[in-house]
Amino acid sequence: MAELAIPASSRSLVLNMGPQHPSTHGVLRLVLELDGETILSAKPDIGYLHTGIEKTCEEKTYHQVITLTDRIDYLCPLTNNLCYVLAVEKLLGLAPPLRAQQTRVLLNELSRIASHLVWLGTHAIDIGAMSVFLYCFREREEILKIFELVSGQRMMTSYFRVGGLALEPPPEFLPRVKHFMGYFPDRLREYESLLTRNPIWKRRTVGVGILTKEDALDFAVTGPTARASGIDYDLRRDEPYSGYENYKFDVPVRTEGDVYARYLVRIEELHQSVRIVNQAAENMPDGPVRAKAPGIVLPDREKMKTEMESLIYHFKIVTEGFRVPPGEVYQAIESPRGEMGYYVVSDGTAHPYRVKVRSPSFSNLHVLPRLAEGRLLSDMIACIGSIDIVLGEIDR
Amino acid sequence: MPDAVALMESEPLAIIDGGCERGEWTFQIEPNQIRPVCEFLKSHRGYRMLSNSTVVDCYPSEPRFEVVYHLLCHDSKQRLRLKCKIGGEQPEISSVSMVWNSADWFEREIFDLFGIRFIGHPDLRRILLPDTWEGHPLRKDYPVTGYR
Repeated sequence: MAELAIPASSRSLVLNMGPQHPSTHGVLRLVLELDGETILSAKPDIGYLHTGIEKTCEEKTYHQVITLTDRIDYLCPLTNNLCYVLAVEKLLGLAPPLRAQQTRVLLNELSRIASHLVWLGTHAIDIGAMSVFLYCFREREEILKIFELVSGQRMMTSYFRVGGLALEPPPEFLPRVKHFMGYFPDRLREYESLLTRNPIWKRRTVGVGILTKEDALDFAVTGPTARASGIDYDLRRDEPYSGYENYKFDVPVRTEGDVYARYLVRIEELHQSVRIVNQAAENMPDGPVRAKAPGIVLPDREKMKTEMESLIYHFKIVTEGFRVPPGEVYQAIESPRGEMGYYVVSDGTAHPYRVKVRSPSFSNLHVLPRLAEGRLLSDMIACIGSIDIVLGEIDR
Repeated sequence: MPDAVALMESEPLAIIDGGCERGEWTFQIEPNQIRPVCEFLKSHRGYRMLSNSTVVDCYPSEPRFEVVYHLLCHDSKQRLRLKCKIGGEQPEISSVSMVWNSADWFEREIFDLFGIRFIGHPDLRRILLPDTWEGHPLRKDYPVTGYR
């Protein structure tokens, strides 16, 4: 925990911003040293949400860990599900069926849209635009309803399983998605017309919180924050997983590296996610949503009631879990905030030996003092919003 | 692998072992060589990002800690994993935070949760737990209570 430093000069003042300040998006404490309104130094202090998920994973079976991954990042639980499940599948050498993969991509992009909507809404309200916040949450509500439709849950979905999906999506799922995709791009353009050329918005964001490309690489900043600084790297395109190589989409890159550039990159990403969702929903293949891997993938509910073998497998997976061959993998995917990675070490038992979550917000927050030092206190609010942190993911 | 060849020519004693498993390259590095190896990989082989760094506790075998570094080269889209085995009563290893700034917080987190000291780290303090916390919870011999 950061110490309350004695001010370097008699003119400076130490201000504790947070952990409950509304613009800190969770429980982040910032120890700021101010000279008037100018920030001389900033020290992020994290750990208020530390839940010990990595330690808990070691006590659970591979199957049970899925529900823990939901709780790491409460704005995109499905992305965490996917990353963990892909890591375990890589350890097992198991490939899920095509239909499951495509549904995963679709839901993953929907949760990227939902997450970016929360970012846009809260970022806008931090800077002072109230109505965008209300609009964004209205749109996000519809996405949460789609999640509820497929998984029965709005937030802690736990919908992906090792080897496929938990359930077959209901027949009204795709029409609902297509309906939402029908009107969402227009709404999005409406938000842009409220902000992009708005002089107040531009005065608060253009040239504020500049992150250079060198700093971004040095601090391992990833995702939209890095792409706004000119790093042309997107894991969906450059290290494809779940069949992302079959979708057509562009990766927006800007070189300015300021708050405004990060805003533009994320807005464009929303448009690209819409494109991916449309492609995935358009030609959804038929077939099973779970791989044929008895002993690892849970059998169908119906079969369990009529076949003895299915009942035994179900009992064994639920009570003692499945064994995973010894080894280690690092699986990285593009979360809404950047490179999310799961490093899973197996010792051959039914429990993971070690799970390390590489959370994008952790590295992205590290660079915050570089963005804000020397600028005004009100710029700090814009900077925090623009790097889109989720404290649950930083502390794990 | 070309990186391995280049590394062998530059730091002949650094690589103890290496191999490719499930499509991922891993080099086992001599612990006291970690800083020159990282400097070489960054400046000559394009590994400009340390994506993360962590530790695996292999308790009770000795040396018990495996420090793991995941490197990424954006140009070749190549990932590389480095591993160092360290042990003893007071486990310590050279810090690489002067090679990549991102290592600063990664190493603080490792120090916090595993109790490994990083020599040359500018500001080695706990990061997630309070300063008064006793022990290092991610060690395998840390006493756990509660429902299993």
